[in-house]
Amino acid sequence: MSRLTLSALVSGLIFGLGLLVSGLGNPAKVLAFLDLAGAWDPSLALVMGGAILVGLIAFQLAARRQRSVLDEPIRLPTRRDIDRRLVLGSLGFGVGWGLAGFCPGPAVMAIGAGEARAVVFVLAMLAGMGVFELIERQR
Amino acid sequence: MTIDFAAFTPASAFGGGMLIGLAAALLILLNGRIAGISGILGGLLRPGPGETGWRIAFLVGMVLAPVGWALVATLPAIDIDASYPVLIAAGLIVGISTRYGGGCTSGHGVCGLSRLSPRSLVATLAFMASGFATVFLIRHVLGG
Repeated sequence: MSRLTLSALVSGLIFGLGLLVSGLGNPAKVLAFLDLAGAWDPSLALVMGGAILVGLIAFQLAARRQRSVLDEPIRLPTRRDIDRRLVLGSLGFGVGWGLAGFCPGPAVMAIGAGEARAVVFVLAMLAGMGVFELIERQR
Repeated sequence: MTIDFAAFTPASAFGGGMLIGLAAALLILLNGRIAGISGILGGLLRPGPGETGWRIAFLVGMVLAPVGWALVATLPAIDIDASYPVLIAAGLIVGISTRYGGGCTSGHGVCGLSRLSPRSLVATLAFMASGFATVFLIRHVLGG
């Protein structure tokens, strides 16, 4: 296994553990966070806070480098414009997120917990991404 | 608004969040890539040279997290109440719209906000707003 493959594997592993520890991996807890008018569980705001605290430092360091520690080009997004696709796509994502309490990361992780419902969600999500690819290729 | 203090888990939420941040830190500093799950998955459907292996490795790592956890301890609750038809509809919507919007909770919410990206701030505000609105509609208007 190459060093790049290994580092991606370890990063994914830590990401998955973070989802489990934080509660973001539990759709019921996600929906309790999104339910402002019900018995609101604000925990997920702190998940974002903890992640961004570490992320701020890491992305500051990354922005100063051309190449990664393992000598890969650092690919940081450069766009700063706000376009219709960004806004409508994100609004649509929130609808899907609110319907089932799953966003992409927790759904992938939950497959490893043996959740059949996560498998169904991920397959549907991949189908949706496939539809996007087909539409894009015809443009 | 009533805060459900019995369900509020600030320490594990913050600590788990830091782990998610650490994972994103490792991926950008070692691999030079953004830990955005919808982008990682979507990139598999548009394969480029050298762009498949790390994506699969990252996803395998994510799936192995609960497998490894279960070997040493009881897994935390993963309660999925949505029916299969709702899961399929939600999955399709999340798949299409995260690709149009260029990211999800991880790519825009964690990595993008950490980069202080204005696009990601707008995206995060948008999906939070529609997430709140959707749950409000289902639970308090339609009486889900």
